[in-house]
Order: sequence, then C-alpha cells, then structure tokens
Amino acid sequence: MQSLVYILPELFLFIVATVLLVTGLFLKNIKLINLLAIFSLLVTVILILNQPFQSAFLNSFVVDEFSLVLKIMILIGSIASLIMFVSSKDDLNINIYEFPILIIFSTIGMMVMVSANDLLAMFIGLELQSLSLYVLASLNRNSLLSSEAGIKYFILGALSSGLLLFGISYIYGFSGNTNFNLIAVNINPESLGLIIGIVFVLAGLAFKVSAVPFHMWTPDVYQGAPTPITGFFALAPKIAAMGLLVRFLFNSFGEIYIDWQQIIFFISIASMILAAFAAIAQTNLKRLMAYSSIGHIGYALIGVACFTDEGLRSLLIYLMIYLIMNIAVFAFLLSLKRNDGYFENISDLSGMHKNHPLRSMLIALIMFSLAGIPPLAGFFAKFYIFVAAIESEMFFLAIIGVVASVISAFYYLRIVKIMYFDEPKEEFDGSSIKSLNLLYYPSSILIIIFFIYPSPVINISEYAIQSII
Amino acid sequence: MSEIPILSILIFIPVVGIFFMLLIRNNDDQSSQNLKHTALWITFLNFIISLSLLFSFDLNNPDFQFVEKYAWIESGISYHLGIDGVSILFVILTTMLVPICILASYESIKFSVKEYLISFLALETFMIGVFCSLDLVLFYLFFEGGLIPMFLIIGIWGGERRVYSTFKFFLYTLAGSVFMLLAIIYIFISTGTTDVETLLVYNFTTNEQLILWTAFFTSFMVKIPMWPFHTWLPDAHVEAPTAGSVILAGVLLKMAGYGFIRFSIGFFPDASEFFAPFIFSLSVIAIIVTSLIALVQEDMKKLIAYSSVAHMGFVTLGIFTFTVQGIEGGIIQMISHGIVSAALFLCVGVVYDRLHTREIARYGGLVSKMPFYSFSFMIFILASLGLPGTSGFVGEFLVLLSIFSINTYFAIFATTGVVLAATYSLWLYRRIIFGALIKDDLSEMFDLTRREIIIFLPLIILTIFIGLYPKPIINIIEPSTEKIVNQIKMKLD
Repeated sequence: MQSLVYILPELFLFIVATVLLVTGLFLKNIKLINLLAIFSLLVTVILILNQPFQSAFLNSFVVDEFSLVLKIMILIGSIASLIMFVSSKDDLNINIYEFPILIIFSTIGMMVMVSANDLLAMFIGLELQSLSLYVLASLNRNSLLSSEAGIKYFILGALSSGLLLFGISYIYGFSGNTNFNLIAVNINPESLGLIIGIVFVLAGLAFKVSAVPFHMWTPDVYQGAPTPITGFFALAPKIAAMGLLVRFLFNSFGEIYIDWQQIIFFISIASMILAAFAAIAQTNLKRLMAYSSIGHIGYALIGVACFTDEGLRSLLIYLMIYLIMNIAVFAFLLSLKRNDGYFENISDLSGMHKNHPLRSMLIALIMFSLAGIPPLAGFFAKFYIFVAAIESEMFFLAIIGVVASVISAFYYLRIVKIMYFDEPKEEFDGSSIKSLNLLYYPSSILIIIFFIYPSPVINISEYAIQSII
Repeated sequence: MSEIPILSILIFIPVVGIFFMLLIRNNDDQSSQNLKHTALWITFLNFIISLSLLFSFDLNNPDFQFVEKYAWIESGISYHLGIDGVSILFVILTTMLVPICILASYESIKFSVKEYLISFLALETFMIGVFCSLDLVLFYLFFEGGLIPMFLIIGIWGGERRVYSTFKFFLYTLAGSVFMLLAIIYIFISTGTTDVETLLVYNFTTNEQLILWTAFFTSFMVKIPMWPFHTWLPDAHVEAPTAGSVILAGVLLKMAGYGFIRFSIGFFPDASEFFAPFIFSLSVIAIIVTSLIALVQEDMKKLIAYSSVAHMGFVTLGIFTFTVQGIEGGIIQMISHGIVSAALFLCVGVVYDRLHTREIARYGGLVSKMPFYSFSFMIFILASLGLPGTSGFVGEFLVLLSIFSINTYFAIFATTGVVLAATYSLWLYRRIIFGALIKDDLSEMFDLTRREIIIFLPLIILTIFIGLYPKPIINIIEPSTEKIVNQIKMKLD
C-alpha cells in the first residue's frame, strides 16, 4: 500500500479518466469534460510538485528530480493540446468526448515512461502511451488521411514495439535482470547478446522519438492527424521517450557507453542531415514541422551522445525550449482558418503580414528561433548542445550540427519569405482563436525575452539531472 | 567608471522605441507619417546621447571605459559592455547613420511602414551592441541578431530580385558565422570564460590559434567581405532599399573589420602573423579585381558595392600590418567609408526616387538640372577615390604608408587600386552628371529638396572636416591602438 503513494499523480489521473469516461456517456457537454480534464492535469502538476522522492515497486518505478521535471513538461504539452482541441473541435470533425480522455491515458503512459526504472515498467508505459496515440491519430474517421495516419502509425508502431520487446528479452536473457540498476551491477561488458539487446531497444525508442532511420511514419502521421493531435505528437511523446532513453542508457549501460554512443552518434547525424534536406521540398506546413522535429531530435540526441553532465543538461534545456517553440507553432497553425476551413499549405500563408501584422511578426520570430538565430531562445538551445559536444571533444558532431543548422535555416526562412515577401491573399479569421492566444502569446514572448534572463531554465535542468549522474 | 549605464541606455532605447511603435496605429498616411516622426526622434535622441560619450570619454585612457558588467548566463559568460578608442567612433557612426536612414526613407517607403521602422530600430540595437560588447557570446548574439532585421529590410522593401539577394545574404553570413560560434564555445570550454578583457591577455597555444583564427576569419571574411566571398554584397546592395544599402555599407561591413582588430589580432597574434601574407594577397587581389569589375558595371549601386569591397581591402591591409599607423589607417578608412559610401548610396537613392532606375546609361547631364545634387555627389566621389583634403585620403594614406614599411610589392599593387578607384569613380560621375541633357525623361528632374539637403549636409561637413583636420579622430583612436599593438608585440615575443 505504501507504494501507492508514490504513484499518486498517475493514480489520480487514472481515476479522473475513468470517471470522465463514464460521465461523458451521459453528459453531452464536451467543453465541460475538456475543462475538467485540463483542471485535473493542473491538479496533477501540484501533486507531482509535492511528491516525496522515492522508488517504489521494488525499485522499478522511481520518483526523482529528473522524472519530476520531465513529467511537468509532459503535462504542459498535454494541457496545450487540450486547449488547441477546444478551439478547433467543431471545425476539424473531431468533436468526440474521448479526445481529452485519450490524451489523459496517453499522459499517464508517458509519466510511467519517465519514471520507469525497469524494462517491464518501461514497456507498460510505452504501450499505454502508444495505444492511445494510435487511436488519436485516426480520430477523424471521415478523413482518409487521418485513417491512413492511424493505420500507418499503428502498424509501424507495433513493429517497433516488437523490436523493443525482442531487445528486452535479449537484455534480460544475458543479464538476468530487468531492473536498470541491477543490470548495471551485473553487466558483462564482453557480452555480445547485451549489445544486440541494446540495439533493438534503441531501434524501438528511436521510432518513438522519430529519429532517422526510424522516422518514416512521422511526416505522414503529422500531416494526416488532426492538428491538435499533431501538436500533441510533437510535444509530449518526444519528451517522454527522450527521458526514457536517457534513463535506460545512463542507468543501466553507463559502463559500456562506448558501444551505444556510436549508435546515438549515427542517428543524431542522420536525423540532422536528412531533416535539413528533406524539409526543403515540403509544401505542407505540418509535414514541414514533422521534418523540423526530426531535425530537432537530432540535435537533442547530441546531448545524449556526449554522456556527460553537460550533455544531459543541454538535452533538458533543448527539450524545454523545443516544447515552448512547438506550442507556439501549432497554436499558430490552428489559427490559419478562414470560413471554417483550415489551411495547411505553406503557400496559403502568402503575404499574410499585410492582414495580420502582429501574428506574422511573432511567427516569423518563432521561425528564426527554430532556425537557431540569436538572440531568440532557439539559439540558446543549440548553443548549449554545442557546448556539450565540444566539451566532450565531439568536434565532428558539432560541425555537422552547425552545417545542418545553416541548411535548415533555408526552409524556415522560406516560410518567412512567403509570409512577408509574397502577394497577400484573403484574410484569416481572427475570432475563433481566443483560446489559442493563451498559448500563442505567452510562448512567443518567452521565446523572445529568453535571452534576458536564461538562468531559470538552466537551473531547472541542473536540478533535474542531479538524480541521473 | 560612470554611474549611469550609458551604453545599455544606448542599446535599449531603440527597443523601448519598438514598444512605442507597436502601440501606434498604422492605417492611413497620417499615422504612417507619425510613425516616421516617432522613429526619427527616437534615433535622434540616441544620437545625442551617444555624443555625450565623446565628451566624457577620457582620451588618455587606453582601456575600456563606461564599463558595465552583470552576471548573465553563467559564470564566465556575462553581460559585459565597454568601449575604447577603437569602438567609440563606430558607435557614434551607427547612431548618426540610423536617423539619416530613416529620414531618407520618408518618401520612398510606401507600405508596411511600421514593420520597416521596427526593423531599423531593432537593427540599431544589434549594431550598437556589437561595438559595445566585451563578451564573445554577447558579441555573437548581436552580430548574428542583426541578420533578422536586415533579411526583412532587403526582402520586403527591396527591388525585383530581392528574394534571391536576401537569401544569399542571410545564408552566406550565417554559414560564415556558425564556425565562429564553435570557436567561441571552444574558447569558453578551454579557458572557462568568454570575457574579452580576460582573453586579451590569455595565451593560446599556436595550434589552437591557427584553428580558432581560421574560424573567426571565416565569419569576418564573409561579412567584411573579402574576395572571393564578396559576391553576396553587390546583390544585397542592388536589391536593398536605399536606407538598407546605407546601413549595410555604413555599419554592417564595419562589424567585421572591428572584429578583426578586436578579436583576430588581439586573441591570436601568432596566427595573425602567420596568415598576414595570405590576408595581404587576398586584399590586394580584392582591391585590383573588384576595381576592374567596378569599371564595367552598368548599375550605379553595383558599382559602388564593388568599390566597397576594394575599400575594405585597404582596411584589412592596414589591420594586418600590426603597426599603429596601419590599424589607425584601417579604422579611419572604415569610418570614412562608413560616411562616404553611405552618402554615395544616398546619392543614388535621390535619383532613383525620381526616375526609378539605377542604370547609368539612363542618366547624363544632370548638372544643368540639379546643381546642388551634383556638388554633393562630387564631394563624395572625390572622397571615395581618396583625394587629399577628404576623409578618404587620410585612411588610405596611413594604410599605404604602413604597408610600404612591411612589403613594397603589396604597397605597389595596392596603390594601383587607388588609380583604378579614380578611374571608375570619375567615369561614373562623368556619365551621370556631365554631358548634354538629351534624354527626355530627365527634363522632369528637380534638385535636392530641403529634406535631402538636411541629410547630405552633416555628411559633407564630416567628410571635409576629417580630411582637413584628422587630429581629433586620431587622438581618440591612438591610445587604444597603441595598447593593442603593444599587447601583440608582447605576446609575439
């Protein structure tokens, strides 16, 4: 019973989700259910902040500084996508009360993921998260693209779960344990079986963070899924999977980091380069954001590859800034609306600065921030990553990183170009985006003024990593 | 040390101005006039404040003055500002040119006035920041941040091929600069600080110096620009609106020259010495080749842009002689070029506003219609070719003097550049101003308006003043330059 206290936030969310699921059947007010969901997620934040640091269930579920910070980031991402849902549910044909509930279930899965200290807990969290996401991707039943996205994500996701499970079985077989700490104690550096296990588990996790070469699903799912869900894909699961990846590699295989470092090294470089080139040809904004997120994950993985304090710190800084920037971008995408139709093509932005000067100015700044141009927040994210890389003497990685960032600046600039340099089209609606302003203004302002006082973000990430190394 | 954080005030007044501008409506002609007035007053106020720097500046103190230092990102990276004799003139040049730019855009900018002015104010913040920052990360922040407003200025209010030009400008400079970022990070990790004052007395090993120098050089070479990486400049100049060209030639190019003086030779003297012949060769090639290219141009702005590359060649020649004369000459050449080329672009802007073409062949015989214009244009053309008595002469003379003491061959080739400069400048002047006024559409031309005279007057006065009596300028520059040269000599020994 004592252990239950340590999973109180997860338990609370689970009860809320179940209750909402039942009440939703009778209560036809989706807005109210959504509000309750947002409220309960906020309550969860408070619960997490007041939780004692401890491990539970035979050390397979840990609550520490690292999980605390990541969980709060995940919850912020979930809340943001619920707010996006309110503003767009009627027009996107996803007016279904299960939406907030599925988000909550998926959030529980992610919270388990970042707390998991055991191969089985990890798998449970991952599956709970993924299953909810499969359904969410295909939520718009009338849309061919959405159904395709769901099926594609499901089949590839199932394959990757299979790979992951296969890897887990190898690790268990060759180390005799499923607990991360025990694996680290009983590790046999010579064992080839363990390496095979790591490779398969990494393949599964790389799929979840959409790193090259396991990224193929990302553009299609991003494009097909309704935009609030795409936003959710971009925000929360990436962070959770990254946290899981870190704990898995650092806690259990820190000793043989030489072996997995090369893998991360490779997928990081591949992600940065592929994303930089592939995004250039995109015409759809959501597809472009998919490649953009692949690229960003590539940068974040540099932090993992370093295997140092500095690397981990830069990873967390990167994820936090990535979260803020993506909230802004997806809120912006949802505000591109005219006569109940949404616009997703880059060319639809043509000349929008004439009709929406303030909105375009902010989104242009966000694009510059994504490209990593100072003095915006995105620059600092990359700055810390490169500091970590150079400190670990990974000069090659750093050079590839800066070159890729120059190339990717091109496609972010292209969006600015179309917004500012081309001939204007019709105005977009201004009325329906009131709730989006909640996301849009705070996040863009954070991005712009980040450079004045960057220490909170740095302090939080330093606080978070103390439990890992 | 003064108690008032005057440099921060200079940097952030334009930012406060941006907030003001955001609050002002922009929906009719009247309100856009108001916006222009507001921006003009803000930048003019900034200019006045920057002049107060001159009065409280201690001429005998070679160290950094008006220093401000606050903890910023973490230990080693701080918000550290300060200016010395090398940078103070650039700050004033910036604050002087921005109001002139805004005044020059009164008629020519017709749409999105608010965004235009906001871009200029943001650009001013970044430019002043570059010359004031004494921390490498802060410097990089300002150095790169300036790309954003400039990208917009060229891209939105530029000419026909503006998109191509602005992308080329942005990506070229970004690609050059990212290596400097890596070098800065390496310096931060190996020395634990990015503080310029500390690093100026730090000794890097020779191998480190060679690599770090190259990284800094990539960035500054593209920005200044040096042959063969100058090709973005003519494109950017041609397509930018007049005020954009003015600020690009007047200030943005100088950031790189300033970077060479402060960082390249300050931090890495061994590497600088090692690479000096290489720089000399590139500079001399730039001076001769771009002058020859300038000769065949049919576009006025392109011609002046190529002449900028040649003039910047003199700057790099002077800086890498490591003599007091050479560096002083480089600085004066930059200041002079900042005034003169800015003025030349304004001259082009004047006729462009009237006839909407930059093609040289479309003009001719303007002297009979526009006497005042022809007079101002002549002053600047003569200054640009380095006639004694104008500001252009002082810098070029000092540079040639210093390079002559180092290497006669480079001096001879560089001097050829002076002759070529006279050729293309005077020929340009002849084709536009003299001859008979036979083209029909030129009969409508009218002389400078009052606004345009106000723009040109301070520039003319400065050009002639520096040319006839450069002593005050040299007094400001000399102590700090001597300190830099002594430091280099000490490190080299």
